[in-house]
Amino acid sequence: MALNLNPNFSEAGKRYFNAYTPADDFYELLINTHRDLSDEQSELLNARLILLLANHVGDIGTLREALKIAREGV
Amino acid sequence: MLKTYNYPKFEYRRPPEIASGKTLKVPLVVVGAGPVGLAAALDLQQQGLPVLLLDEDDTVSIGSRGVCYAKRALEILDRYGVGDAVCAKGVSWNVGRTFFREEEVYNFNLVPEPDHHRPGMVNLQQYYLEEYLAASAAARPEIELRWRNKVVSVAQNGRTVTLKVETEDGFYTVETDWLIAADGARSPIRRMLGLEVEGKIFMDRFLIADVVMKAEFPSERWFWFDPPFHPGQSVLLHRQTDSVYRIDFQLGWDADPEQAKKPENVLPRIKAMLGDEREFELEWVSVYTFQCRRMGRFNHGNVIFIGDAAHQVSPFGARGANSGLQDADNLGWKLKLVISGLAPAALLDSYSEERIYAADENLLNSTRSTDFITPKSKVSRTFRNAVLGLAKDHAFGRALVNSGRLSVPAFLTTSSLNTPDCAGDAFSCRMVPGAPMDDAPVVENGVDGWLHNKVGQRFTALYFADDPQQLDAATIEALSSLSCGGIAVQPLVISRREGSVGGNIQHLVDARGVAARRYDAQPGTVYLLRPDQHVAARWRGLDVAKIKSAVAKATCNA
Repeated sequence: MALNLNPNFSEAGKRYFNAYTPADDFYELLINTHRDLSDEQSELLNARLILLLANHVGDIGTLREALKIAREGV
Repeated sequence: MLKTYNYPKFEYRRPPEIASGKTLKVPLVVVGAGPVGLAAALDLQQQGLPVLLLDEDDTVSIGSRGVCYAKRALEILDRYGVGDAVCAKGVSWNVGRTFFREEEVYNFNLVPEPDHHRPGMVNLQQYYLEEYLAASAAARPEIELRWRNKVVSVAQNGRTVTLKVETEDGFYTVETDWLIAADGARSPIRRMLGLEVEGKIFMDRFLIADVVMKAEFPSERWFWFDPPFHPGQSVLLHRQTDSVYRIDFQLGWDADPEQAKKPENVLPRIKAMLGDEREFELEWVSVYTFQCRRMGRFNHGNVIFIGDAAHQVSPFGARGANSGLQDADNLGWKLKLVISGLAPAALLDSYSEERIYAADENLLNSTRSTDFITPKSKVSRTFRNAVLGLAKDHAFGRALVNSGRLSVPAFLTTSSLNTPDCAGDAFSCRMVPGAPMDDAPVVENGVDGWLHNKVGQRFTALYFADDPQQLDAATIEALSSLSCGGIAVQPLVISRREGSVGGNIQHLVDARGVAARRYDAQPGTVYLLRPDQHVAARWRGLDVAKIKSAVAKATCNA
């Protein structure tokens, strides 16, 4: 499974009239999840989130590609 | 005063009520002759209502305020007689560039969607828009404009509202059945009535500098995150008319606005941004903060709030004036029906309901942009910078960059005025009940025009046909019957083929089938359009009883 780098957010049962809405929905959810956390707590949240999502993706080839891109930009 | 613009001075006339001492009795008063108040006066005048418009000043907005007018606003302005002037004077732009630190991370080209009359966005200083609207209003005898007339007290007493108005010659009293408050973000009317507006102030300050460029500079929107010439903050550059460029510097909450405004502090910032070699002149500087808030409801008995008086958003996305114009558009026809006794006052509750829905969408989008542009925490800044870093190479990252989501009209999908699609009627387009109608090129009597300019200010039944010559007598009779009765519906036949329709029914040719495609129409498809050009209902076949009951639903007569 190749890593999907195109916009890919959507929510079941929701109709979008503007292309930017699904990505903005996700981003708001992400930032709100961190609300009122200390920097240390936020770091832990991010780590847990990565582990959850990595397990959901499952395919290690895909994860390797994502890890590589993530690392390159740091 | 500005170098590129001469402020008009509108004439004050001594109100006759000062000498007579009589109370002026009128059906309708609009307070505030900014863009939204003027728009409301023009909308109500077109509905056939006389309007008294009061404003405490005698000129247009001073300095830098609204800049961007979006397609929907331009379509509305067409009906107020100023769309052409705004588009001719305004600057169209398509290319936006987003920079992160030293480099451009991506650009977009908002190529206007073909087959729409108006472009996605026109940039024009607010004073031009107000000047054009004021001229359009002044040309209509049904609108009485009173400049330098300041409302100093307001009282609601049962069926009327009493205003005390101050002028340089003294005071007089106005008694009106309806009061439209378009008196801006600080709305004195709202305050005098003790009404609340809820929301929050964003803890940030922005410096606006309008500069006149001496050299050529592209008509593009440039947005910088954390640029080397203004580290840690954002900067926006936008072109306006007369080679005036709007530059918006994020300053942070701790900045001293008085210090920041001084030319010796402003000029180095702009020089650092442009590079020293470009010549420019400073036209206007101010520092602003903003609020995101709205009233709990926009109508309070016979006092109705529109524009910034009812709701305020951050400037990101140009959702202030654009949504105010849509308030006027939504209100005019409803108030007319209520005043005429053709609809119950409850119809005005739907003004509040629908415009609150739109205001919440505007607040949501402008707040999301603000949170992206000015992150409130370390982790939020890290995510923001990660998005900007990924945006350069990856499309999904670009979709997450949010430097402002430009104003688009709300799809009023939850409105109580909509009639839902019938179970058997399948449609695959976005012209759902509540949708703001899409434009399309049409030909009427051999003359090219636009669908938008053919409808509005009244209910319209848009009937799609294949060959207009083939319409049977029963269909023509059914369509003709729509224009009779209490709330008339204008029948409008639209067909791919040329030809004439019997029964004096208005007919448009959709030669390339653009309208049919946008409305997913088949021969026999009918759209019921509201006076504000939103879809009220649609069917796959013509049924007069269904249209009448949808009109009743859309006017709170059901």
